Amino acid sequence: MKTHWWKALGVVFVLYAIVFGFLGPVPRLPILNETIRVLYFHVTLWFAMIILMTASLSYSIGYLRNNSPLRDLKAREGAVTGMFLATLGLLTGSLWARFTWGAFWVNDPKLNGTAVTMLIYLAYFVLRGSVEDPQKKARLAAVYNIFAFVMMIVFIGILPRLTDSLHPGNGGNPGFSGYDLNSDMRMIFYPAVIGWTLIGVWIMNIKIRYTKLIWKQNEHLD
Amino acid sequence: MNILTKIKNQFLLLVTLLISYGLQAQGNDVEMADIMRSNGKIYVVVAVLAIVFIGIVIYLISIDRKLNKLEKNQ
Repeated sequence: MKTHWWKALGVVFVLYAIVFGFLGPVPRLPILNETIRVLYFHVTLWFAMIILMTASLSYSIGYLRNNSPLRDLKAREGAVTGMFLATLGLLTGSLWARFTWGAFWVNDPKLNGTAVTMLIYLAYFVLRGSVEDPQKKARLAAVYNIFAFVMMIVFIGILPRLTDSLHPGNGGNPGFSGYDLNSDMRMIFYPAVIGWTLIGVWIMNIKIRYTKLIWKQNEHLD
Repeated sequence: MNILTKIKNQFLLLVTLLISYGLQAQGNDVEMADIMRSNGKIYVVVAVLAIVFIGIVIYLISIDRKLNKLEKNQ
């Protein structure tokens, strides 16, 4: 018996964020104005991306433990879906930056860090595409995925905090503190993170099942 | 001397109050979409986004169902 409740939960949470993200109260801040609501959609996408990359990492570690091709497939689809969310996060962030910081791309450690991170994950797919032998490919990819995850934490989580950044929670500031995210916003922000994560997992789930069907088909032909 | 410090303290208090009042006033001057919300048009935007999102979800569900059928056939 397959369960679908978590898909519905993801949909409900994102819908909740869409409705109350626009209608709920937000702090009145200069420059940001109403764009503060972008936080419900832009930042939550990045949170979901990091969660999916963590899932991908755990599948890669799992692959190295038992060499199951299914684990390798899950690790790949986790990274693919994570990259998809990261692309959306980058595009929305760029638009937001244009109207609050003045340019589509500013020389900010967080922005450059995410660019480097995305290139590192692109290299993961290049690596996968360039090895013929499936077992060798899976093994190399799993090891590289661990490296990529560590680099992501360094470039998104650590380096921007060591220097000054336009992003809140960086440059020595604590993370989401009282003035960044008040209790009204938290009530929408955290469900939105869970919602986008579940939607991401759903997309990942569909792609995994699709590839499994292709595997079965190929077995049938052989 | 004592009176002088008292006056100084009271002056400082007045200055602080004025500054905080000024800040508050500034806070209220921040432009928000109040007019848009007051005549109700923001609901249109919310409805449009909700329709788009629900449409994508319905599409996801249909893909999910097709996969389910294929999985059962095998």
